[in-house]
Amino acid sequence: MQEVILLKDGELALKGLNRRMFEDILIKNIRQRLKASVGEFTFTRSQSTTVIEPKEEYADFDKAVDIIRHIFGVVGISRAAKCEKDIGVIKKTAKEYLGDELSFARTFKVEAKRSDKKFPYNSPEICNEVGGYLLSCFNHLKVDVHNPEVKVTVEIRDNHAFIHGNQLRGAGGMPTGTGGNAAVLISGGIDSPVAAWMMAKRGIKLTAVHFASPPFTSERAEMKVHELLKKVAKYSGRIDLYTVHFTEIQERIRDFSPEDMFTVTMRRMMMRIASEIAEKNDCPALITGESVGQVASQTIWALRCTDDAASLPVFRPCIGMDKNEIIEISRKIDAFDISIQPYEDCCTVFTPKHPKTKPTLEAAREAEKSAWDSELIKKAIDTAKHTAIF
Amino acid sequence: MEIYLDNSATTKVCREAADAMMNMLTNNYGNPSSLHKKGTQALRALENSREIVANSLSVSKDEIYFTSSGTTANNTAIFGAVSANRSRGNRIVTSALEHPSVNEAMKRLEQQGFEVIRLRPDTTGAFSAQELMNAVNQRTVLVSIMAVNNELGTINPINNIKTAVRRANSPALIHVDAVQAFGKIPVNPTKAGIDLLTVSSHKIHGPKGAGALYVRKGVQLQPYIVGGGQEKRLYSGTEAMPAIVGFAEAVKNLPDIGRELVEIRSLRDNFVREAAKIGGVHINSSPDALPYIINMSVLGIPSQTMVNALSEAGIYVSAGSACKKGHRSEVLKAVGLSPQRMDSAIRISLSRYTTRQDMEETAEAINRIVERIRR
Repeated sequence: MQEVILLKDGELALKGLNRRMFEDILIKNIRQRLKASVGEFTFTRSQSTTVIEPKEEYADFDKAVDIIRHIFGVVGISRAAKCEKDIGVIKKTAKEYLGDELSFARTFKVEAKRSDKKFPYNSPEICNEVGGYLLSCFNHLKVDVHNPEVKVTVEIRDNHAFIHGNQLRGAGGMPTGTGGNAAVLISGGIDSPVAAWMMAKRGIKLTAVHFASPPFTSERAEMKVHELLKKVAKYSGRIDLYTVHFTEIQERIRDFSPEDMFTVTMRRMMMRIASEIAEKNDCPALITGESVGQVASQTIWALRCTDDAASLPVFRPCIGMDKNEIIEISRKIDAFDISIQPYEDCCTVFTPKHPKTKPTLEAAREAEKSAWDSELIKKAIDTAKHTAIF
Repeated sequence: MEIYLDNSATTKVCREAADAMMNMLTNNYGNPSSLHKKGTQALRALENSREIVANSLSVSKDEIYFTSSGTTANNTAIFGAVSANRSRGNRIVTSALEHPSVNEAMKRLEQQGFEVIRLRPDTTGAFSAQELMNAVNQRTVLVSIMAVNNELGTINPINNIKTAVRRANSPALIHVDAVQAFGKIPVNPTKAGIDLLTVSSHKIHGPKGAGALYVRKGVQLQPYIVGGGQEKRLYSGTEAMPAIVGFAEAVKNLPDIGRELVEIRSLRDNFVREAAKIGGVHINSSPDALPYIINMSVLGIPSQTMVNALSEAGIYVSAGSACKKGHRSEVLKAVGLSPQRMDSAIRISLSRYTTRQDMEETAEAINRIVERIRR
């Protein structure tokens, strides 16, 4: 018995005329991701289904399933047994392959799809045959056609029969790359990885910009950002990270701009640097994890001052979310436990005791001007360290 | 350049230990429990190692039990002692500054209904003999106190424990965590009347993965790890031979304790003199503390920042204690340091490989960092 993965067209969250293009991108994404961590797979499309099969006999199938389930654009998949088109073999395969699931279930039903009309049994007959056989093997089972705990599906296709149980949910969203590119400002906290994930869900390919301020921030903080991005990359695929050495700029802001304007000034410079790195990497937009009112730099007045320095549109998917809602997603993508590790990030270095919560645009521009040093900014951009995260 | 001054966290494995381990990994790889030649050969190495560790503590070979770390030795001692002694009472006396492997064990025993008395330290971090006398009573089943504090280097008067227990006419077993003391000051459990004593390999230039527990002959412990019955059933699990042999080799290569102490004390005193010239520097360790450990605060520079900045310069020290990240040290709190001093505390810990030049360069580096970071 050979195991395969069935990816149904109807299960891709796609619509409209671009559908075919989206599908191709999705298949390409899946192929690349499987190749990078499990091995080569073959993809066969027929009758609105893509059959994904490992080329090697001992490929780690569980891992392949886990990888595919996390790829954006996959709404659901089925892992199925492939067998000979013979009703006796089909029955036996169903019993063997779904035995574990059926032993723990109370109710089930069998559904049949016959695309090969030459198969001697029609769909209701297949259901009867297989259902009856399974009932005789697992005598605790009852049939429930409306709400079965396990739905056994038998598909009779051109060359083989496929048998599978309940469908597995995928990550949903749109295939990475269909929404263009954007650069996310990532700190190591809870919000920015969530923001990155939310935008990637809409098909956006991510570039990331992280600001490090050694010795005020430690190498562990950078490692933490790598770990966080790995969690996001599980869904989005490769992320190109640029780590910007920010210490001198922060020291300059501390020394030359008014203390209560420190954070706003710092955010403005971050926006400028991130905008340039984004443009260099073909990203027409920025993403941040800001949420209104969370801290002094995230009041709408402060956000206005920050936006003023960005040369690109800034997307803030967390903007209207409560902390709890953000944490819920953070846990869901398995990032929370990493985010709460206690390493300083650059946003907490030199923070003033009483930052301005309602800075005016004029004051913000003035504060930035007094600490401005084009040379330093240029150097920070040029020396940013590139790391590819998978 | 690399100056390693985090020797209380762990040490570099000495050449001799590394060589001995390589031999165990590639030649003498048998399981000491196997009855064939290969097993017997390993068993010989195990018993030889036991003898070396026993000799260094002036105890008998069959009183030494190998464990996999200081933590597992401490846990084995504490849980083993109280379960074996349960019928005699439910009071345990310890200090407020113990290592987490003792302190967390105590918390668990409290949940199980034991009354745990934690002796408060004086401002140097040592407990007072008087308080100990008052704390121990007839219902006390265990006294567990560390010989040297791992954050401050404070040396506890462990020789007084036996007197306190005897005067109270208590059945208590006496356990001493000597992980930071072993190889640096004389440790003699028999003389001090100690029943259980923990030592660890990786603090004395042996590998990680080996510790040992001294159990005085006649003392019964209930094993808390069960299995194949290794280490006379006290600590089951196939013996980590490479680590154990490396441990013994490191013990064999320990320098003369007295002579080394003089050397290290002079390094410390010089460093402290130099550091005192930097504004805002406070030495948190007492002058009587183990000179291998210098806990100091550089006011205005957060511990983590100082650690990072020194790390950039190739100098490795730790913030408070390496076992805990991002939290204020309980030890520094207990000795009554101000919040400013706690938040800027670093621990510099020396080894026999530390040179005068290392210490001079470190003092200079701290000075440079202070000038750069303080506005």
